[in-house]
Amino acid sequence: MIGLRQGFRLRQGFGGQVGLLMAAIAALAALPAAAQTVAITGGRVVLGDGSDPIDGGTVVIRDGRVAAAGAGVAVPAGATVIDASGKWVTPGIVAGFSRIGLTEVDAVDATNDVQANNSPFSAAIDVVPAINPQAASIAVNRAAGVTRAIVSPATGRSIFGGQGAVIDLGADMQPVTRARAFQFIELGEAGAQDAGGSRASAYALLRNAMREARDLRLPIGSSSQRGSSAADAPIEDITENPYILPDARRPEDVLLTRFDAAALVPVLQGRQLLLVHVERASDILQTLALKREFPRLRLVLVGAAEGWRVADRIAAADVPVIANALTDLPASFEQLAATQSNIGRMRAAGVHVSIGMINDDEARQIRVSTQYAGNLVGIGRVPGHSGLSWNEAFAAITSRPAEAIGLGEEIGSLRPGRRGDVVIWDGDPLELATAVEAVWIDGVQQSLENRQTRLRDRYRQPQEGALPHAYDR
Amino acid sequence: MKSGWSTVACAAALLAGCAGQGTERPASTSSTQTGADAPRSASDDPYPSTYRAYPGVVTAITGATIFDGEGGRIDNGTIVLADGRIQAVGGADTPVPEGATRIDGAGRWVTPGVIDVHSHLGDYPSPGVEAHSDGNEITSPVRPEVWAEHSVWPQDPGFSRALANGGVTTLQVLPGSANLFGGRGVTLRNVPARTVQAMRFPGAPRGLKIACGENPKRVYGGRNQMPQTRMGNIALMRQTWQRAAEYRDRRRREPNTARDMALETLAGALEGDILVHNHCYRADEMALMLDMAREFGFRISTFHHAVEAYKIADLLEDNGTCAAMWSDWWGFKMEAYDAVNENIPLVHNAGACAIVHSDDSNGIQRLNQEAAKALADGRRMGIDISDEVAWRWLGINPARALGIEDETGSLRPGKRADVVLWNGHPFSVYTRPQQVWIDGALLYDMNDPRLRPVSDFELGQPGEGDVK
Repeated sequence: MIGLRQGFRLRQGFGGQVGLLMAAIAALAALPAAAQTVAITGGRVVLGDGSDPIDGGTVVIRDGRVAAAGAGVAVPAGATVIDASGKWVTPGIVAGFSRIGLTEVDAVDATNDVQANNSPFSAAIDVVPAINPQAASIAVNRAAGVTRAIVSPATGRSIFGGQGAVIDLGADMQPVTRARAFQFIELGEAGAQDAGGSRASAYALLRNAMREARDLRLPIGSSSQRGSSAADAPIEDITENPYILPDARRPEDVLLTRFDAAALVPVLQGRQLLLVHVERASDILQTLALKREFPRLRLVLVGAAEGWRVADRIAAADVPVIANALTDLPASFEQLAATQSNIGRMRAAGVHVSIGMINDDEARQIRVSTQYAGNLVGIGRVPGHSGLSWNEAFAAITSRPAEAIGLGEEIGSLRPGRRGDVVIWDGDPLELATAVEAVWIDGVQQSLENRQTRLRDRYRQPQEGALPHAYDR
Repeated sequence: MKSGWSTVACAAALLAGCAGQGTERPASTSSTQTGADAPRSASDDPYPSTYRAYPGVVTAITGATIFDGEGGRIDNGTIVLADGRIQAVGGADTPVPEGATRIDGAGRWVTPGVIDVHSHLGDYPSPGVEAHSDGNEITSPVRPEVWAEHSVWPQDPGFSRALANGGVTTLQVLPGSANLFGGRGVTLRNVPARTVQAMRFPGAPRGLKIACGENPKRVYGGRNQMPQTRMGNIALMRQTWQRAAEYRDRRRREPNTARDMALETLAGALEGDILVHNHCYRADEMALMLDMAREFGFRISTFHHAVEAYKIADLLEDNGTCAAMWSDWWGFKMEAYDAVNENIPLVHNAGACAIVHSDDSNGIQRLNQEAAKALADGRRMGIDISDEVAWRWLGINPARALGIEDETGSLRPGKRADVVLWNGHPFSVYTRPQQVWIDGALLYDMNDPRLRPVSDFELGQPGEGDVK
């Protein structure tokens, strides 16, 4: 079939668009890696912000960003025009919670940087140096339309997992969108385990850690004490945290290393998000209550399988939630009330909800986010269930996670000025039979080829030919 | 164990840490029972099925699109269920018995109940606490004497989710894959019950779970015990089959030979009474196992997980061995690294028997969706399979793999009335089961909250009786 060798999966009946798309592919082959001006016309455009799809819309990508999207958008002179009639055009999928890029093969320890069970550090751990943009999972998930991901470390010997990042899934060596976007901690069953055996201990550890961070004193005469910037700069820009300078004074009875305590200062100051994994309703309320004690905390709840039972409290606290979409089993005693209606009910109560993959193949399978979102639309037709509207379901895997992580102005929608992360689909992106036809990240068109497509093409016929399959490339 | 790995670990990969280490055993309360009346062969049934079909009414679904599970499709079709069996299937002119409950199937789809050939429900139930970890007897790589049914906890809430969200009416519960010989599997009706006997599919042959590859060698190699390598896996398997063949022959010559529960299971497999289900990912290992089956005279019903089945689809076809597969799971361990999205259609396209399986308490709720993804990926590479033919992956093919194809797996008159009415096209993400019948009894109805099974475990807990 035409196009397969290029690793570009075209459907039969694609017809008139083939030429234009092939031209785009040819441009890709000679990839200058520079963003070009592209106008995608005629498609059903989904902005990703929860608004209705726009039929016959145009999306213009220029200088790596979305210049315009919607009806009646003019095609700039000189733009490469791609006819997407009959197609859907959307922002790329944003994986709301993942560990992609941190492992190649989960069970091969040498390739797995998700957690560090024997590290002396916890909160200070920063996933950025571990992210491998050439991990097979990056290319596989990119081919399914995932363009950005929130990447979290997992906890090892502490309730603090360390600092996560937001990345893109582009085929280049600069994956990081925002370094040190958040600190990740466990406060439910896993947190109790990490803290030595009880939830109460986890909270004691957390309070102690916050106080150790609070009590860190900047060295006298350090730049920030003179009112300039290091202590106030965006956390992702700070290469050397001033609180780890050797003459920062500390008392004797501390539990955290200086490095870990310093990493918690921006959390305490509200300059870095705190993502808290809890599932049980009572654990959710305990987490929300932390704001009374540490009022500047910027919390995001992760998991929250029983969130629907306290949805009004979460909404009142104005704390976003990143939840699994389809958890419906009492897989643990902290998820007894799990139901696939959790997200729909929280949303109906006014909670800001996104779909994530918490302990659910999150290092390799964030591509099923669309399937999960589609299921939440589907349950809306089952009496008693609370699902999501299609628009809201799609937002839950694009703009909502972007907003939750503080990047709503940058990614997750086709509003002007956002990063040029655009996907053309051959149908409804939430449907199971739909395929991705083209992906742009930061305005650069991406290859959709990966190990899996290469293996597929090699074994189209299992029997060896004149020469073994090893010669078939 | 790495985070996020646990779901897969318990099922597909079975890291040692996931399996129960709490091996303290209470003193036996049962009396020793042996003697002349003791069963003597694998075909004897000391823990017989007590399953009885629940009552149903004569029911006719009309105007539906019917996928019959064998590859047939009827538009505007009618199906009649009576006395627990399928009475008639046909077009709009199919007679509806007087007094039948009529269900308007317009805009809806009817399929046979979904069959999962690979589940650990009951053996690794929810909640997944250590005390419930009953799927792997990791005390020897050769444990054919254990039976998965003796671990099944009928109160696992997972059974009801598989019914209500997945339309699953029959499932095989298998031991895990930590051992080369994991023990016997059991085929169950997906009905709530007090005992596992009351779930057992009457007359269904038992299975034998065997495993290739990484799991046995990791678990035992880590203890400096055989097998530590893949060649160790094969060597220990061959030695064991040889002992089984000798045991079988000796029992034939000398019926008073002392019973050996382990070898009895293997002798049953050699005689074909017990169907062999082989956890095996890699193509080269599947080819070795096919030779081993020839060497000792057993037949492998199905390779499970079979991530590389597409590389040897021709061998599978030649040997009449099924491959049970996921649509897109991959990469959680080395032997799952070479997955392709088109595995299932590629196997089907080679003429071999393809099956969609779950190995997972969540995946079992969406086997129709997994089939749909694989089907679409296959079509995009030019493998043209119709929707109704693809339903064989969930219908007659798994029934064949379990030896129950005369009883269920398709909508032929006379078969058990295991039927799902879907509220849309079952290959759409937006579709859910509307009603599910097992042996003609309506056991789930999305419009009737009273027909939502609630296990004892869930009673009195937050979320009891909720939609799930």
